[in-house]
Amino acid sequence: MSYENVSTFLAASFGHRRLARVSAPTATPPRLLGFLGPIAARYGLLFGFLAFWQLASTTGWVNPAVFPPLDVIVSALWGGLSSGALLDDIAISLQRSGIAFAAAVAVGIPLGLFMGQVRLVEQALDPILQLFRQTSALALYPVFILLLGLGETSKVFVIFWATLFPILLSTIGGVKEVDRKLIEMARTYGAGPLAIFRRVVLPASVPAIFVGLRLSATTALLLLIAAEMIGANKGIGFQVMNAQYNFQIPLMFAAILLLALLGLAANALLVLLQRNLCRWSQPNN
Amino acid sequence: MGVQQNLRRGEVTIRHLSKSYRLNGAPLPVLKDINLNIRSGETLAIVGASGSGKTTLLRVLAGLEDADAGDVLIDGTAIRGVGAERAVIFQEPRLLPWLTVLDNVGFGLETRGLSRSEARGRAQHYVQLVGLQQFEGAYPRQLSGGMAQRVGIARALAVQPEILLLDEPLGALDAMTKISMQQELARIWRDEDVTTVLVTHDLEEAIYLADRILILPREKEGEPRLIEIDLPRPRDRSAPDFVRHREELLSIFGLH
Repeated sequence: MSYENVSTFLAASFGHRRLARVSAPTATPPRLLGFLGPIAARYGLLFGFLAFWQLASTTGWVNPAVFPPLDVIVSALWGGLSSGALLDDIAISLQRSGIAFAAAVAVGIPLGLFMGQVRLVEQALDPILQLFRQTSALALYPVFILLLGLGETSKVFVIFWATLFPILLSTIGGVKEVDRKLIEMARTYGAGPLAIFRRVVLPASVPAIFVGLRLSATTALLLLIAAEMIGANKGIGFQVMNAQYNFQIPLMFAAILLLALLGLAANALLVLLQRNLCRWSQPNN
Repeated sequence: MGVQQNLRRGEVTIRHLSKSYRLNGAPLPVLKDINLNIRSGETLAIVGASGSGKTTLLRVLAGLEDADAGDVLIDGTAIRGVGAERAVIFQEPRLLPWLTVLDNVGFGLETRGLSRSEARGRAQHYVQLVGLQQFEGAYPRQLSGGMAQRVGIARALAVQPEILLLDEPLGALDAMTKISMQQELARIWRDEDVTTVLVTHDLEEAIYLADRILILPREKEGEPRLIEIDLPRPRDRSAPDFVRHREELLSIFGLH
């Protein structure tokens, strides 16, 4: 699954949760059924998939050496966490992706706001941005290694590079799509360029900026793993590769599961932040 | 004319105003040598077929567009761009979706330097004036079309303009809401002493609300005409004089 797919899947599933939450109280009559119904509809397939995995592995229908049963994976994860072996990896991975993501936010949002406002700058920079965007960050990773060495800098930079573009382009798009009629209205009330930016353009762009942030958060984790698979000796991505080399398959799956959970957590955090910042655009509050 | 008379607040003088747009490189005149004096405190309706330039005239008065020639004077001074003495109500409410009703109404006060709490205090009165006090904390997407437009009207009144400019403010509303809003506007204007210019394509609305009606012809179809509507208020749409005015207007448009 490409990271675009992952992010739209996540976006869709979080969108659904909101609807499910709203519709849950209305389906009352048989109370337990009304409560379980939405859960079954939402998570039934997931539970089915997990149950199938467990069953197929324990009965030997698939090779348990390649697909270990879920309880083995979970206990490997728990073992790694409780012994502290995986905690170091989590810390370094979060640090790498966190620094890169924060830098992308710090550069992407202000630059995007500026580019969206000033047509000339946007027109001048757009072709080169499009070219950079279409150049896979992974393909550029060897270049970054050449320039920055095989240490932390090149790892953080490749993640930064990949996460910058979703944020930058969404912000530019958000600014450009601000309703001109609202800007005109603000002008009739004596708002100058700065007041228009602060009171109209900026708040109107927030939802678009969040789309970019959520896309970038997913991208950050994706690139993190790729970066850690090359020339790292720590990190969750390193553990995935390392466990596979050493044929510690449960540990490998545990690390993969950990990545998925981190992705979900990052997205949930951004959704929560967005809900608090953009309460006006929520269908129900 | 009006220029020599003693000038009062909110008097508008339009002198030799012309404007044309460019359509595929060729000039398309929309306003040709408009001369008009809008009295202080009166309600002037501007009617005309589409393409007659009525909205353009209003946008020039608002300072959102520049004329090619001629001037607009407010209380004797030529306008340049938008100004604090004018407020515009558009066909769409143009509310800021991230602000509550109260903060939307206070928007124009805040852009003019009031603090948020001062703006809220003054906005409250105007929210009440349009009957939305129960919706103060609501967001625009929770409002109906008529309610949203009332918020837009309250926002314009809150800055206490000398001149209120309305561009088909009720054009997007359904017939029932429209009539009740017309009654509400008539009530509000009775209490607020403000010069009002109302662009509308609804002849009945013009007769119901206006002291005078300016009829803009389409290009090369004659001169602009002014009709005085000297009916007692509140006006009765079925009164013989009301009906007579409507027929007069219809015949001017060749619809009778």
